[in-house]
Amino acid sequence: MGDDALIQSYRLSEWCSNAPILEEDLALTNFALDMTGRAQAMLSYAGQVEGKGRTDDDLAYKRKERDFYNHLIMELPNGDFAYTIARLFFTSTFEFFFFNQLQNSADTTLAAIAAKTIKEVRYHNAHAIDWVLRLGDGTEESHNKIQKAVNELWMFTGELFETEEVDALLRDQNIAVDMPVIADKWKEHVAQVLSEATLTIPESGYMQSGSNKGIHTEHLGHILTEMQYLQRAYPEATW
Amino acid sequence: MATDSQLATWEVFMQSKPGANYIHAGSVHAADKQMALQNARDTYTRRGEGTSIWVVPTDAITASNPDDNDMFFDPANDKVYRHPTFYVMPEGAKAI
Repeated sequence: MGDDALIQSYRLSEWCSNAPILEEDLALTNFALDMTGRAQAMLSYAGQVEGKGRTDDDLAYKRKERDFYNHLIMELPNGDFAYTIARLFFTSTFEFFFFNQLQNSADTTLAAIAAKTIKEVRYHNAHAIDWVLRLGDGTEESHNKIQKAVNELWMFTGELFETEEVDALLRDQNIAVDMPVIADKWKEHVAQVLSEATLTIPESGYMQSGSNKGIHTEHLGHILTEMQYLQRAYPEATW
Repeated sequence: MATDSQLATWEVFMQSKPGANYIHAGSVHAADKQMALQNARDTYTRRGEGTSIWVVPTDAITASNPDDNDMFFDPANDKVYRHPTFYVMPEGAKAI
C-alpha cells in the first residue's frame, strides 16, 4: 500500500500545471501530497518491520522495479482528464473500504495510519465521484470520454482484491483486511455511482495481474528512472 | 483581454476559528455549489487556514461604485462624535 501511494502520487503530480483549470490543478496535486505523506508513513514502517535499517527514502529510491508491489492501475499513464478521474474513482473507492477496515487492525501502527488516511481518502473519493457524475451525465463528449476510460481501466481493477498466502496469514491474525468483503463493497459502490452517472458497467472479463509478484507494465520502469535519478546519480545526496 | 473560459467565479469567505468573522479569501472557478466548495477548500485551506467556508456566486454580490465614493463615504469623515471614543470600555468586552 505504501508503493500504491507513492506511484499514484507520482502520476497525480504530473498534472501539476496541466490540469484543465487552476483549481483542479491544486486539487490533484494536493491529493498527490496526501499520498506522498501516506507513502512515507507506510514505507518507514515497512523499513522498521523489516529490521535492516532501511529508511522510507531507501525503500522509495533504492529498490528496483521488480521489488515494487504497487498495483498496476497506479502506474498507468494519466491519459486524458477523464482517464485520470476514472482511475482516481476506482482506486479511492478501493482505498476507502480498505483503510476503513484497516483502522481495526491488531497492528496499532497500521491502524493509526489508516485512521489518518481515511479522512484524506474520503475527500479524494468524493471529489472523484463528483467528477464521474459530472462527466458521465454531462455532454456527449464527456460521457464518451469517461465511458472509454472506465472500459479501458476495468481490467486493472480485479488485481486490487487479489490475495496471497501471506495476506491470508495476516488476516487470520487480524492485521490485514478481508479482501473478498472489500471487493463486494467496491463492486456495489462502483456500480451505483456508474449507473447514476448514466454509464455502463463493463462486463467482467479478463483481469490483469502480476504486481504482487513484482511484475509490472512497461510504465513503472520509466517512473522509477525519473523518480530515482537523483539518488542514483548522486548517492546519499541531501539538501 | 481574452474572455474567461474557465467556468463561473465564486467568492470565497473563510472563518479562521469558530466564532470569528468570515473574511474574504479570494475567488475560485466552479460549475456548481459543490464544486465551488471543494475548489475553495483545495485552494485556500491547504495550510490549515480555516475551519469553515462560505462560497457565494460572484454575480450575487452588489458592489458600491468607486465614482460614488464622495457621496458614500466622505460625509462620515468629520463626524467624530459617531465614534464611541467617549466611553470607557468595560473589561471583558475585548472583542468589540
